[in-house]
Amino acid sequence: MSAMLSIQGLWKSFAGFVATRDVSFELKAGETHAIIGPNGAGKTTFFNLITGHLKPDKGAVSFEGRTLIGMPPHKIVRLGIARSFQRINIYPRLSVFENVQVALIAHEGQQWNLLRVGRSLHRDATRDLLELVGLAAEASEIGGELSYGKQKQLELAIALASKPRLLLLDEPTAGMSPQETGETIALVRDIVKARGLTLLFTEHDMSVVFGMAERISVLHHGEIIASGEPDAVRNDPEVRRVYLGEQGHG
Amino acid sequence: MPRRSYLIASAVVVLLLALLPLAGSRHAVDLTTEVMIYALFALSLNVLVGYTGNVSFGHAAYFAIGGYTCAILLTTHGWPLVLAMPAAVLLAGLVAGVVGFFCVRLTQIYFAMLTLAFAMLVWGVAFKWKEVTGGDDGLTGVKLPAMLANHVNYFYFTLVSVAIAIAALWVICHSAFGLTLVAVRENNVRAGFIGVDTRRMRWAAFTVAGAFGGLAGALFGMYHRGMYIENAFWTESAQVLIMVLLGGLYSFVGPIIGAAVLHLLQVFTNQYTPYWPTVLGLILLVIVLVLPDGLVGLVNRFKGRGRRS
Repeated sequence: MSAMLSIQGLWKSFAGFVATRDVSFELKAGETHAIIGPNGAGKTTFFNLITGHLKPDKGAVSFEGRTLIGMPPHKIVRLGIARSFQRINIYPRLSVFENVQVALIAHEGQQWNLLRVGRSLHRDATRDLLELVGLAAEASEIGGELSYGKQKQLELAIALASKPRLLLLDEPTAGMSPQETGETIALVRDIVKARGLTLLFTEHDMSVVFGMAERISVLHHGEIIASGEPDAVRNDPEVRRVYLGEQGHG
Repeated sequence: MPRRSYLIASAVVVLLLALLPLAGSRHAVDLTTEVMIYALFALSLNVLVGYTGNVSFGHAAYFAIGGYTCAILLTTHGWPLVLAMPAAVLLAGLVAGVVGFFCVRLTQIYFAMLTLAFAMLVWGVAFKWKEVTGGDDGLTGVKLPAMLANHVNYFYFTLVSVAIAIAALWVICHSAFGLTLVAVRENNVRAGFIGVDTRRMRWAAFTVAGAFGGLAGALFGMYHRGMYIENAFWTESAQVLIMVLLGGLYSFVGPIIGAAVLHLLQVFTNQYTPYWPTVLGLILLVIVLVLPDGLVGLVNRFKGRGRRS
């Protein structure tokens, strides 16, 4: 079976610091795959390279056979790849409702419609998405005034509004309380299953990672040092040495 | 805000304005004509500044292009008004399209400086191209259709033109396009990741702003029967920006209120002292220090909820 996302020999450095070192990686359709690694291992850079936010120095990225190199983020989204961000990245002065509504407008290519009233579009679909992530009651609040955990939920709703086939979540539970983490993970798992999404995510919480991922890749100093099923990765001596051992998990 | 109450309020304002000439004060009619023109000018700029989040420091360029083009076509070439005005709007929009193409490659202070640079270029053309623009003598004696020569008739002509233009801007700003512009303003990066080509959106906003600014300029030139290089000078760009900030850039009506208050204050101040720039400086000080969301923001704060348009 050919891979949905295929990455070969990816390199990226910033002013001499190598953030991504010769990374090759494949993601099959329908897979739930976690990228783990210590802070500064290059996880976010890796996401930014896939989604067009950064241009790699070298290497190839292709999605369903089409190369993504040199493609701007807005075109990559249209191919079916949506993402959330580790640091909150919403429209702070728009209402929660509009935050999602705008994403639906863009998904339908209506951002060039000068005549139809923006707020009248996709009201039902917006409500459905907010309900899905548990923000129905906050619909009319200002996005930037939500609690941190709720802004993370909003991030997720915005990403889902682009109706992706591949969803990239960058630390979806960072900064959340244990209870919020549990709820968010259950939610993500349900959505991924219900919509048949392929999921690539980064996460700090190892219980989340090992409870959810079908495959795990470990990044260390910009390199993938191990990739495979959770048990294999857990028992990999190199991984234990540089990462899991240090943290006392496993 | 419910759309119906917006509509009723607008209808009442237009009706009251339509009754104004009956009061018999020539001064009031002239002053209101000017305020309406500046209101349109400020609103056009706010498509770019308030809705898209790009501070332009060169909006006078499009006002001047619209004003000069309409005046030149009417006077030098004897075009009828129904052709001269649309041509002026078209040219202002076209130039804004070309200038915007370069400006939207930059952001923030660099964007502002580039708009300023292009505006100075336009001023330079108006200054040097004497045979066409009259240079620093200005372009005087603009020929108007006989029907508009009377100041009351011109008031009504301005009222209708501005009302239609504002209605069009309202539709644009509240459309799917307008809402997406706000998303671009709020978070340029995020807007890219929902599939929006943010540079093209900003480019479109720049062009729309220029075209409507050109219409305001055309109305201005005909009203004054002349265009002068001062109309293209950077201080004009600053003044219209202050109008936007004074009224409030995060609301649709803000710039209209800002234009009215600032212009009336200017006329009033000039009756008593020659120190208008000083007064303007004080106004700017107050905006920056206590009115970041302008007068509309102040009203909203009293109403207890800071919601934009």
